Amino acid sequence: MKMQFMLLFSRQGKLRLQKWYVPLSDKEKKKITRELVQTVLARKPKMCSFLEWRDLKIVYKRYASLYFCCAIEDQDNELITLEIIHRYVELLDKYFGSVCELDIIFNFEKAYFILDEFLLGGEAQETSKKNVLKAIEQADLLQETPVPHPDLSGSLDSWVDTLKDFHRPSSDQLPAMHIFVHVTFIFWGR
Amino acid sequence: MSDVVEKTLTALPSLLSLDSQPGSAKLSTNSKLGNLIRGITELTSKHEEEKLIQRELLSIKEQVSSPNTTMRQMKELMVRTIYCEMLGYQASFSYIHAIKLAQQGNVLEKRVGYLAVSLFLDESHELLLLLVNTVLKDLQSTNLIEVCMALTVVSQMFPKDMIPAILPLVEEKLSHSKEIIRRKAVLALYKFYLIAPNQVQHIHNKFRKALCDKDPGVMSASLHIYLQLIQENPEGYKDLTVSFVTILKQVVAGKLPMDFNYHCVPAPWLQIHLLRILSLLGKNDQSTSEIMYEILDESLRRAEMNHNITYAILYECVKCIYTIHPKSDLLEKAAKCIGNFVLSSRINLKYLGLKALTYVVQQDPKLVLQHQMTIIECLDHPDLIIKRETLELLFRITNAQNVTVIVEKMLDFLRVSKDDHTTIDLVGKVAELAEKYATDNEWFIETMNTVFSVGGDMMQPDIPNSFLKLLLDGFDSVEEDRKLRLFAVNSYISLLQGEPSRLPQRFLQVISWVLGEYSHLNGDLEPDVVLRLLAKLLDMKSSSSETKSWVLMAMTKLCSGGAALSVAREVSETYGSSMDTMLRQRAQELQHLSQDSQLQTRVLPQSSSQEAVEVDSSLSFLDWFVSEALAAGAAPYKPPHQRQEEMSRSKALSLEPYGLSLPISMSSCSVADRQSPTLLSMSSGLSGDSTELSHKGSSTTLKLDGVKRVWGREGYLAQREPEEEAAQVETPAPLQSPSQQGDKDSSHSQAPTPTQTPESEQEKQQLASSLFVGLASQSSASLMGKSEQTSQRFRRKARSPDKSLSSSEQLTNPLGSPSSGADNLLLDCSISSELVSAPEQTHLQSLDLTAANSACDAPDGDTKGRKTLSRDDSVSAADVTPHEDPDRPKDLRLASYLPAELSGLSGLPHSEITLVCSNQSLDLSACHVQKDDSLEFVVFIKNSSDTSVHQVQVQVSCEELEVSCVCDSPAEELKSHSVTVCQYRLTVKRPSVYFELAGVVHYQLPAGSLQTEQFSHKLPLKSFIRPLAVSTEDYGTMWLAFSHDTKQNLPLLSDEQEPLTATLNVLKKKLQLHVVEIIGKEGIVACCLRPDQPCLLHCREHAGMLAVWLRSPVPDLPDCLLYHCQRALRER
Repeated sequence: MKMQFMLLFSRQGKLRLQKWYVPLSDKEKKKITRELVQTVLARKPKMCSFLEWRDLKIVYKRYASLYFCCAIEDQDNELITLEIIHRYVELLDKYFGSVCELDIIFNFEKAYFILDEFLLGGEAQETSKKNVLKAIEQADLLQETPVPHPDLSGSLDSWVDTLKDFHRPSSDQLPAMHIFVHVTFIFWGR
Repeated sequence: MSDVVEKTLTALPSLLSLDSQPGSAKLSTNSKLGNLIRGITELTSKHEEEKLIQRELLSIKEQVSSPNTTMRQMKELMVRTIYCEMLGYQASFSYIHAIKLAQQGNVLEKRVGYLAVSLFLDESHELLLLLVNTVLKDLQSTNLIEVCMALTVVSQMFPKDMIPAILPLVEEKLSHSKEIIRRKAVLALYKFYLIAPNQVQHIHNKFRKALCDKDPGVMSASLHIYLQLIQENPEGYKDLTVSFVTILKQVVAGKLPMDFNYHCVPAPWLQIHLLRILSLLGKNDQSTSEIMYEILDESLRRAEMNHNITYAILYECVKCIYTIHPKSDLLEKAAKCIGNFVLSSRINLKYLGLKALTYVVQQDPKLVLQHQMTIIECLDHPDLIIKRETLELLFRITNAQNVTVIVEKMLDFLRVSKDDHTTIDLVGKVAELAEKYATDNEWFIETMNTVFSVGGDMMQPDIPNSFLKLLLDGFDSVEEDRKLRLFAVNSYISLLQGEPSRLPQRFLQVISWVLGEYSHLNGDLEPDVVLRLLAKLLDMKSSSSETKSWVLMAMTKLCSGGAALSVAREVSETYGSSMDTMLRQRAQELQHLSQDSQLQTRVLPQSSSQEAVEVDSSLSFLDWFVSEALAAGAAPYKPPHQRQEEMSRSKALSLEPYGLSLPISMSSCSVADRQSPTLLSMSSGLSGDSTELSHKGSSTTLKLDGVKRVWGREGYLAQREPEEEAAQVETPAPLQSPSQQGDKDSSHSQAPTPTQTPESEQEKQQLASSLFVGLASQSSASLMGKSEQTSQRFRRKARSPDKSLSSSEQLTNPLGSPSSGADNLLLDCSISSELVSAPEQTHLQSLDLTAANSACDAPDGDTKGRKTLSRDDSVSAADVTPHEDPDRPKDLRLASYLPAELSGLSGLPHSEITLVCSNQSLDLSACHVQKDDSLEFVVFIKNSSDTSVHQVQVQVSCEELEVSCVCDSPAEELKSHSVTVCQYRLTVKRPSVYFELAGVVHYQLPAGSLQTEQFSHKLPLKSFIRPLAVSTEDYGTMWLAFSHDTKQNLPLLSDEQEPLTATLNVLKKKLQLHVVEIIGKEGIVACCLRPDQPCLLHCREHAGMLAVWLRSPVPDLPDCLLYHCQRALRER
C-alpha cells in the first residue's frame, strides 16, 4: 500500500509540493519530477488517470489548475489512491476554506503539515477527516495569528493576471476544487 | 466556480488597502516569502530565476549563520529555503540549521524545523544522527504536540542504528492515554519493523494489543504492521483470521464512528487493508478461507453505490476471492463484478477490469472469452495504458495457436511506444513467447529480428544470449537445427546487404556470431562475400568497439583460404595497430590464424559436432598466476559477498527492500548469485521471464506455475525431463484436438453476437477467433492444473543432469562477449594462448571466455577475483572433514609425530597433512585437528638435508584468528631426516570465510647463516564450526538477542523424501551443525565457533527453496556460515 512519492504541480508545470517516501538522490528526484510533469501534462482530459511509468504506477488527478500525482507499486489499488488524493484535497479544502492554488503556494508548509497528518511514511495514517484536522488545529492553536493571506503589495497587475488565469473556466469538464464546497457541505452538514 | 470568483473578489479590496488589515504585522514577516514567490512569477527565463534564487540563497546563508538570528527569523528563513529546494536548488548549508531549529525552537518553530528536516534529509543522511537527541527529548516532553512531532519525524526517517536508543520510549507510548499518540507510536514501530525487523521482534504481543485498541485509528494503524508480517509469514497469523473477519464485519455494518465514513462508505481504507490481509491468510488454505466466505459475500453485496470508492473495495474483494481457496458462487459474483468493470464506460474502471482479468485469467480463462470483443476494442484504444494492459492480458493467454497474432500485436505496440521501460519489458515477453511457442523457423527468426531491432541496446542482455544459446545447443533433430541456422544465416545476409547501419549494436553482435559460426551451412555462400559484408560493419562509424570485436572474431572463424585471405589481411592490418587493445588483440589473432592454415584447422575445426566443451570453470590454468601474484604481495582474495558486505557497511544503510528477501522464492537468484553478481544482475530486474516477474510482484500478480519450462535461468531443469520427454513423443495427436475444440468453443461464444455486423465487426470477430483460440480447450481440460498442452517447438537439447550446474555458469554469456575493459585483456590473452594449444572446436573460445567474463564482471573484477575462484576450489577440495579417513600412506609417517593428545589414539581425527613449504633443507607440512573447544594447528618440520639444522623457530599468525602456542619447536638442533612438531591453538577473533595463516620459520644452517622461509596455510571457517546443543526454548531467547542477521534462499534437496530433513542432515554432516528441532516445514539449527560465538539458523521450506535466516551476535558470522552452507549443498 505504500506510496512512493506525491507531487503537486501546476498546469504550467511548476512544482508546488513534493513529498518523497522512498530515499532517492536529488538528481533522481529532479529527473523523475521533470519526466512526470511532462508526461502528465501531455495527457488528454478523457484519458485514464493511471499511468505506467518505469516499474511504478502513477495515479494523477487534476483539480482546477493543480495536478495531484502519486506513485504506487504495480500491485497496489489505483482507485483507492485516487481517493487518497481526493481526501487530501478535501482536507485542504476544509482547512483553508475552499482552497485554491494560491493557498498552497503561499502556505505550502501548512499543506505539508496536513499531508503529514494524513499520510505517514507513505501509508494512510488517519482517514478520519475530523481527526486529521483536529490534530492540525491543535498545533495551530499555539499560533497567535490566523492563517495569513498572501501579501500582494506591489506589482498587483501581474497577480491579478494570475488570478484571472486561475479562474478562467476551462473548456473541458474538470473537477474544480470549489465543487468541494458543495459536496463537502452536504456531508459535513449532517 | 462562482464561489472561487467571489472569494477572489472579496480578497481584492483587502489587497489594495493592505495597511489597514489587522494581520499586517504578521504579514510583514511573511512577506519575504511573498516577495520571493512574486519575484519568481515575474521572471521570464529560467536563467533569471536561477540568478534570483542564487541571490536569495546567498542572503539566507548569511542570515542563518549569523548568531543574531532569532529562532523566529530562522523559522521564516527555513520556509524560504524549503521553497528554494522545491524549485530544485540545493541548499545543503541549511540542513544543519533545520536540525538546530527542531532542537531549540519553541513548538511552532520546532514544527517547521522538523518539517524541513523531513523534506531535506533522507534516512541515510549522516546529519540525521544529530536529530536523535532532539527526538529523545521531545518524546519525553509533557507537551503532546511535541511528542506528536517527534513521532511523526521518526515514522518518516530514523537512522537504523539508533533505534535502540528511542525504542523504549516509543514502546511506552503504545499505552498512552491519547489515541493520536498511540497511533503514531504504532506507525513508528511499523517503520522500525521495515528497516530493522529484529529490533522490534520482542514487542509482537504489543502489536496485538494495538490491534485490539478501542480506537479505530490505532487499530487500523496496526494493520500496516500485520499486513507486512503476514506477507512474510502467513502461517504464523492464521489464528488472527477470525479477528480480522470480525473487524471487517463491524466496519461493513457501519459500526465505526461517522467521521470514518468516506462518501457514505464506512472506512474504505480499513476495508481494503483487511481484504488484503484476508487474501494473504486464505491463500492455499481451505479451512481459513471458509471463515471469510461470508464476509466477502457481504462486502460484495454492500458495495453497490456508484462511486470510485466502492469500486476500489470491489476490486480488492474480487482479488481476494480469486486468491483464496475458491468457492463457486463467490467466484461467479466476482466474475460478474469484473464484467461490470470491463464493460464500464469509465476508463479508470475499464483499466482496473483489464487488470483484474489479467489477474484471474489463469484460473478462469472462460471469463476472457466472455469479454473477447471488449478486449479487442481495448487493443485499439487511444490510451496506451489500456492497450498495454490488454497486451499483458493477452500475454497470459498465449498458446501455440494464437502466438502469431498476439506477438504481432505486441510488436505493433512496441513500434509506437516511446517508453524505454515498456519496451524492455515487452521485448522480453515477445522473446519468451517466440521461443516457447514458435510455429516455424521462419517466423521465429523474423520475430527475433524484430525483437533485436526494436529492443535495440536497451533490452536485457540475456535475450540475445539465450537466443544464441538456443541456436548453439540445437534441438533433438540435427536436420531441424541445420534448417534453423541456415535460415538465420540467410536472413542476416540479406539484412547486412540492406542498411546495417540502422541496426542496434547488440543485433550486429548476434549477426556476427551467427555468421561466423554457421555461414558455412549455406554452400552457395562464398566466405569472402560474408567477410566483405562483415568488413563493412567495421567501417561503419556507428559500430562500437565491442561490436567490432565480435566482427573480428567472426572473421577469424571464416578466413579460410582464397579471396577471403586478402580481406582478412586488409582488416588485420587496419586494426592491428588500433588504439583499442581489445581490437588489436582480435586483429592479431585474425592475422596469425589466417596465415597459418594448419594452426587454423586445428584451432577452429569446421565440424558441427555438438559435443559440449568442458569448461575449466575453476580457471585452474591461472593458478600459476595466482601464486605469483600472491608471492608478489597481492592482497588475498575476498569472495564477492564479503566485498558486498563491506561495501554496504561503508554505505551504512542497505537500500535493499526488506520485505522481499525471505518469502519470495527467488527462483533464479539463488545460490550461485551470491558468488557471481553478474548472474544476479542479469536474472533479476525486468527480464523477459514472466515467471520471475510474477514473483517480483509477490502476492498480487499471477504465478505461471503451470507453464512448464525445460530451461530455467539456472540451466536445464533436470528433474522434469522424463515427463517432458513423454509429452514430446505424443504431441502430434493431442495437438490437433484442442485446436479444433478451441475453434468450436470460440465460435460458440460468438454465437450470441448479432449477425448483421458490418465489415469492421467481422474483422474484429476474426481477430477474436484468432486471439482466443485454444483458450476454451485449455479451460475444459484442466482448470487448476494448467498443464501445458502444446509442445514446444524449440525444446533445447537435453544434457546430462549432472552438468546442469556448470552449464548454468556458462549460460551467463554464451557468446564469450569480448567485453570491454582492460581488465579482461590479460585474461583473454591467456585464454587465447590456451586456445591455440587446445585442439577443440570453435566453441571453445567462446565458452572459455564465458567463465572468465562472469568473473570479470564482478564489482572488483580484477585478476585476484578470478584466480581465487580456482583457489577456493582447490583449497576446499584439499580440506578434509574430520569424518574422512585420514589413513593415507604418505600421511602416516608424519602422522606418527602428532602430539599424543592429538594422535589417532585420542579419537580425534586430523585433516590431511599437506606440504606447505619446502626447500633444500626443510620440509614443512601442516594439518589441523578439531577439538571440542578449539582447533589445533600442527606444523611438522622435517629436516630433509643430510646435515642438522639449528635454532628452528616457527611463528604463525593470522589477523582474524587468535593463535596461542601450545608447544613451540623445542629442538635446539634438528638432526638430518628427523622431524619436530609445533602445535598452536587457534580460536576465531573475527569470522571470515577462509582464514589465511601466515607463517615464518627461522633456522640456522651448519654454515652459520640464518635462514628464513615463509609459508601460508588456508583454513576454512567450517573447521571451526562446532555443534551447539541448545534446547528449543534457549534457542528462542537467543534468537531475539542476536543482532546480526542474513537471509538467503538455498537450494533444497527436493529429490529426497523429506527435503527439509535431508537438506539439514547434509548440513549437519558437512558442517557439524546441531539440528535443534524440525517442525513441519521449519527447522532450527545451531552452531558456534566458540561457546561465546554462536550462530543460529532458521530454515524454512518455501516454494522449493530453503529459506535460511541466520543470526548471530558476531558480525560477519552469518554471512560466512551461509557461504559454507551454500558450498556444502552444492558439493553434495
